[in-house]
Amino acid sequence: MTLSKQQLETLHKMLSLTNNQELTCDECLTKMAEFAEVALADDSIPDNLRDIEHHLALCEECEEEFTALLKALKSAES
Amino acid sequence: MWVNRTNDIWVQDLRTGGAAQDKALTDLRGLLISGLHKPFRGTAGIDHAFMEDVVQEALVKVLKSLDQYEGRSRFTTWATSIAIRLAYTELRRRRWKDVSLDEMIENAGNIPKCDFGQAVGPEQEVQQKALIEKMYQVINQGLTDKQRDALLAELKGMPQEEIGRRMGSSRNAIYKLTHDARRRLKDELEASGYTLTDVHAAFGG
Repeated sequence: MTLSKQQLETLHKMLSLTNNQELTCDECLTKMAEFAEVALADDSIPDNLRDIEHHLALCEECEEEFTALLKALKSAES
Repeated sequence: MWVNRTNDIWVQDLRTGGAAQDKALTDLRGLLISGLHKPFRGTAGIDHAFMEDVVQEALVKVLKSLDQYEGRSRFTTWATSIAIRLAYTELRRRRWKDVSLDEMIENAGNIPKCDFGQAVGPEQEVQQKALIEKMYQVINQGLTDKQRDALLAELKGMPQEEIGRRMGSSRNAIYKLTHDARRRLKDELEASGYTLTDVHAAFGG
């Protein structure tokens, strides 16, 4: 296996974002609904939700689910 | 009508049992089916039967998880977030069912050098090579087998829950495992004198 340039850049991005304390995917899910409503309202992000924003930048799967949730909420509003 | 239920009434009706619970479940089922339609419209492998199965599973999970709902969002948003996770979990399972972990981490114990393809400046190339050598060294020698396998599979694009399925673990545990691997890698690089700024510069950021 060879790590491609893109994979090394992904690793670089992940290392840049790595903190000692991070939310896990399960913890992210417990806050995702609240975070989606804040994002949809275009409100400023409260301090207690900053860690989910960080997790979404690192976790492709949670980010994919968050994007889908936003789409579902926007669809329900229209 | 479900649209008139408050968060508290949703929880109350779903906990009550009997006709009130049946009606709430019927309303929530319709809402979740409708909610999943937009984000998954046109997605390969998703049909009406898939949606029905996912929503049924979501209703069971919502009922079991009512104590975890803290009222910090609309109840229906919370339930939709659960249904979406279940939908993606099943979708990823189907997409990756024929891919083994071994394929993803082939030769992981001896990672060859990277071919950048595109030429960079001589100074940056030297920086890149030294940094990447160090990264490979830590990946090969500084991580546990599980940390290395999970990190490499993730870098190759395998979803964490699929890595977990193959390692007899959960998505949550795999996130913790790769988090530990990233921390170790970052610490080792810093201990060797590489700052994040160096890493950034080496990758042309």
